[in-house]
Amino acid sequence: MSISVAGVLARPKTAVPRPRKRSLPLRWISPVALVLLWQAASSTGVLPPDKLASPLTVVASAGELIADGQLGEAFAVSLGRVFFGFLLGGVVGVVLGLVSGLSRWGETLLDPPVQMLRTLPHLGLIPLFILWFGIGEEPKLALVAAGVAFPLYLNLHAGIRQTDPGLVEAAKVLGYTRVERVVHVVLPSAVPQSLVGLRIALGTAWLSLIVGEQINADAGLGFLINNAREFLRTDIVVVGLVVYALLGLTTDYLVRLLERRVLRWRAR
Amino acid sequence: MASAVSIRGLHKAFGSRVVLDGVDLEIAPGEFVALLGRSGCGKSTLLRILAGLDSDVRGSFSVPGTVSIAFQQPRLLPWRRVWRNVSLGLHGVDGREVARKALDEVRLPDHADAWPLTLSGGEAQRVSLARALVRQPDVLLLDEPFGALDALTRLAMHRLVEDLWEAHRPAVLLVTHDVDEALLLADRIVVLDEGRVVASHFVDLPRPRRRASFVEQRVRVLADLGVDDAQAA
Repeated sequence: MSISVAGVLARPKTAVPRPRKRSLPLRWISPVALVLLWQAASSTGVLPPDKLASPLTVVASAGELIADGQLGEAFAVSLGRVFFGFLLGGVVGVVLGLVSGLSRWGETLLDPPVQMLRTLPHLGLIPLFILWFGIGEEPKLALVAAGVAFPLYLNLHAGIRQTDPGLVEAAKVLGYTRVERVVHVVLPSAVPQSLVGLRIALGTAWLSLIVGEQINADAGLGFLINNAREFLRTDIVVVGLVVYALLGLTTDYLVRLLERRVLRWRAR
Repeated sequence: MASAVSIRGLHKAFGSRVVLDGVDLEIAPGEFVALLGRSGCGKSTLLRILAGLDSDVRGSFSVPGTVSIAFQQPRLLPWRRVWRNVSLGLHGVDGREVARKALDEVRLPDHADAWPLTLSGGEAQRVSLARALVRQPDVLLLDEPFGALDALTRLAMHRLVEDLWEAHRPAVLLVTHDVDEALLLADRIVVLDEGRVVASHFVDLPRPRRRASFVEQRVRVLADLGVDDAQAA
């Protein structure tokens, strides 16, 4: 949960050279080989199913879980937790970031405590959250919110402070008032850094959810996984993990799409 | 006729460092004045004060009309297309047509929808000029606007600025340390040294000027700047 310095104004992340298209199929050789090896180990009994189920079993179990609605239900519950936790943390992070980015007094009063608190590993707050919020939905939402608020705050604040004073001056000479300068110059120039914050925040949100769902979950993906563990159903555990991974990848992809759209002025 | 710019006894200090030490300057409407001086002589500070970017001064100055400025860096908003950067000068008015005309004038008719980061240095500086001119300023302040350009682009920009000035006739105050540039463009050259106006020359030559026509003036202006003409020749 650290602030990323990547993606500051003039350095589009998309400029990182990607592997050439031609080599993409070749890059699949080793992952596919690993899965085949895994299947072979399971089929020959080298890898017992109570340690790790075979890929084919995992796929079959996924099919069953989807068919009987269990996966859909757990998915919806977990998605809801991330959504509301993200909303809560997002509002807090953005409001604090705006206040401390746009006002000197705001920065003087808000920034020191936030900078101190961010050094706490927020996942370590679970014991306190349980004492404060019990073991229901609240600590799970609070954990996600805490994971989201800090990266959003830090990057929004940094983005606002990185505004080129030359651009602000140019607008001032053209007769733009302070509020207009904030709207037309300061906030737009904070967008790239804020999007970096958004991506970090979403990554942290999923991580916080996974950890939070270990707390006495009675629904959701965490419940599905923990329940499966009790019955040594490693296939269901793997299905849950894959769904977590897919969710993280999907939100990351959506932010990338958003970046490509909003930051298209950086494309050359 | 009232002056476009009127400055009397202007003092400005940053802490204990005096930057302007009693500057007097009048600029007539439509007059093209070049402000020459070494680095650190206070010429950019004077311009910033006139543009309203530096306050806390002693003395008085007045700029009754609309002021525009073009800086050494074009200072375009990179997330706005070129024409929207130009219409920024209109302050909220949706002036696509006006912006287009201004872009025609600076000879960038095909770049209205481009992103600023795709422009060359000279092109971006021309957009910056269009943004300054689109609000039809009475006073156009130019803060070494050609300083960051390559020599060939600079020559083209000199001609462009002269044409724009002749078409719109704002009073111009051009800050530069390039004597040839000042002689090529200005009606009057004001030399600033250690925060004071130390010399003022009218350049009474027909336009467009050729370098060969101002050899003698050049020697005199350089002498005011403390440069021996034998070295500069």
